[in-house]
Amino acid sequence: MAGGEVAAVTLRGVSKTYRPPQKRPYLAITDIDLDIPTGRFVSVVGPSGCGKSTLLSLVSGLLPPTTGEVTLNGTPVREVRTDLGFIFQRDALLPWRTVRENVALPLRFRGRSDRARVEEWITRVGLAPFADNYPHELSGGMRKRAQLAQSLVADPAVLLMDEPFSALDVQTRNLMENELLTLWGASGKTVLFITHDLEEAIALSDEIVVMTAGPGRIKARYTVDLPRPRNVTEIRFSPAFATIYEHAWNDLRDEVERSYQRSLQRS
Amino acid sequence: MTVTETPAVLPLTRRTWFVRLLQALVIVSFVGGWELLGRAGVLDPFFYSRPSLFVLRIAEWFSEGIAERSIWNDMRVTLMETILGFTIGTLLGVGIGYAFARNRLLGQAFDPLFSMFNAIPRLVLAPVFILAFGIDLASKVALGVTLVFFIVFFATFTAVRDVDQTLVDNVRILGARRRDVTFQVLLPAAFSAILASLRTSAGFAFAGAVVAEYIGSNVGLGRRIARAAAAPRASPRRRPRAAPRSRPPRPRSRLRSPRGRP
Repeated sequence: MAGGEVAAVTLRGVSKTYRPPQKRPYLAITDIDLDIPTGRFVSVVGPSGCGKSTLLSLVSGLLPPTTGEVTLNGTPVREVRTDLGFIFQRDALLPWRTVRENVALPLRFRGRSDRARVEEWITRVGLAPFADNYPHELSGGMRKRAQLAQSLVADPAVLLMDEPFSALDVQTRNLMENELLTLWGASGKTVLFITHDLEEAIALSDEIVVMTAGPGRIKARYTVDLPRPRNVTEIRFSPAFATIYEHAWNDLRDEVERSYQRSLQRS
Repeated sequence: MTVTETPAVLPLTRRTWFVRLLQALVIVSFVGGWELLGRAGVLDPFFYSRPSLFVLRIAEWFSEGIAERSIWNDMRVTLMETILGFTIGTLLGVGIGYAFARNRLLGQAFDPLFSMFNAIPRLVLAPVFILAFGIDLASKVALGVTLVFFIVFFATFTAVRDVDQTLVDNVRILGARRRDVTFQVLLPAAFSAILASLRTSAGFAFAGAVVAEYIGSNVGLGRRIARAAAAPRASPRRRPRAAPRSRPPRPRSRLRSPRGRP
C-alpha cells in the first residue's frame, strides 16, 4: 500500500468563528484547505493563539466548522467521531480508574472485552508493572503512555495529537517522542500532530504545516525527507534538519512576532 | 490491668491522649461548673436547673414506656420525618441539579428562580407548610425536603457543570454514549462534592422536622420541646428544694398563654 495517495483527512474552505456569550465573536481559523494523506505524519506549527487546537476539534467533530467541510476516513464529519484517537494536551484519564480500566474503556464502550489486547497495549507502552495503579500515582510521562495505549487500543486509522508532550520535561519528552515514532513506525496510521515547537515538528514528521498568527491561515508547507527510523535527539544535528529548520523558522518568526505584539496590545 | 496486654487497636499516641484529655476537661468543667453554680444558688434552679436534676428528668422520660405519648415514639416519628425528607430532597436535588447542569437552556432559565427560592427563609414558613400539608407527617417531610433539596441541588449543579471538559471530550471520542458520559464521568467526578453536601443537608432535614413539629404537631421531638417550653419542669417529679428567696418565682400568668381566657 503506497502511502500518500488517499487523503485520510481533508479540510475544504474551513473557517471557525467562536461566539462566546456576551463577548465579541472572533475568527479563530479561516481559509483552511488541507489534505493529510493516509499513513503520513503531519505536524502543524504556529504561534500561540493561531487556532491549531481548533483544527483538531473540527477534525474530531467536537466542534462544527462555521464554513467549509471536513472529511475523515472518506466520510464528512457531522458529529463526534470515534474512528480516531485523540491525545489531549491536558490529562484525560479518568482519575478514579486504574491504568488497566482506563485502557479498556474504548473496548468497553463498544461492548467488547478483549483482555489480551488491553494487556498487550499496556505492555507495549511499558506500563505492565503499573497496570493496577491510579493516574495520580504515575509520573506525567507515564500518564501520557497510558493515554497513548487508551487511544490506540481500538486501532483507529487516524491519530490526532494536541501538543501532547508540552507539559513534560525535556528528557522525558525526547523519550516519549522516540517511543511515539516506534509505535507509529509500521502501523500505517495517519498522525496529525499539533505543536508550537518547530524542532519537535521537524524531528517527528514527514511534513510540516506552518500557520499564521490568528486568525490562522496556512502559510507554508514543508516536506521533511529525513531518513527513518529516526532518533529525535540525534537527528537535530544533521545538516538536512538545519536547512529545513532555517526555512521554516523564517516563516514562523514573523508570525510569532505578530502574535506577541498583538497580545501586548490586548493587555 | 497489666501492661503486657496487647491492644486490639493501634495504641493511641501521647498527643492523641492529650487531645482527649483536653476534650474531657472542657466537658467536665462545663457540666461541673453548671452543677456547682446551681448548688451554690448563683443560677436560679427554676430557669437553669442543674445537670444532676435534668438528667434524672430525662431518664424518667425514657422509662415511661413506648406508648404514643412517650419520648421513644417522639424519636421514632422525628427520625422517620428526617429520613424521608433527607431521601426525597437528595433524590430531587441530584436529579434536577444534574439535568440543569447538562441542559444549558434549563440552567439559564431556572437558575435565578432557584436562587430566589433559596433566599427565602423556609423555617419561618413552617406554618404555611402545616396549612398546606396538614398537621401530620407530610408537612414536616415537606419542610425538610425544601431545605435538603437546595443544598444538594446547588452542590450537584456546580460540581457537574465544572467537570473538566477534557475528560468528557476524551470519552466521547473513545466511544462513550450519553449514558456512559453520565455514569462513567460526570457523576463519579461530582461524587465527592455531592457527598459533602449530604453531610450538611442531613442536619437540615432534622432541623426542618423539629421546627415544623414545634410549630404544629401532635407528636415528635419538636412537639416535646414546645410542650416543655410552655410548662417548664426541668427536674424530676419529686419537688426540688425551694428556690432561694432572693429571686421569687415568676407569677404563673407569665408562663400560661392568655388565649385560654374568655
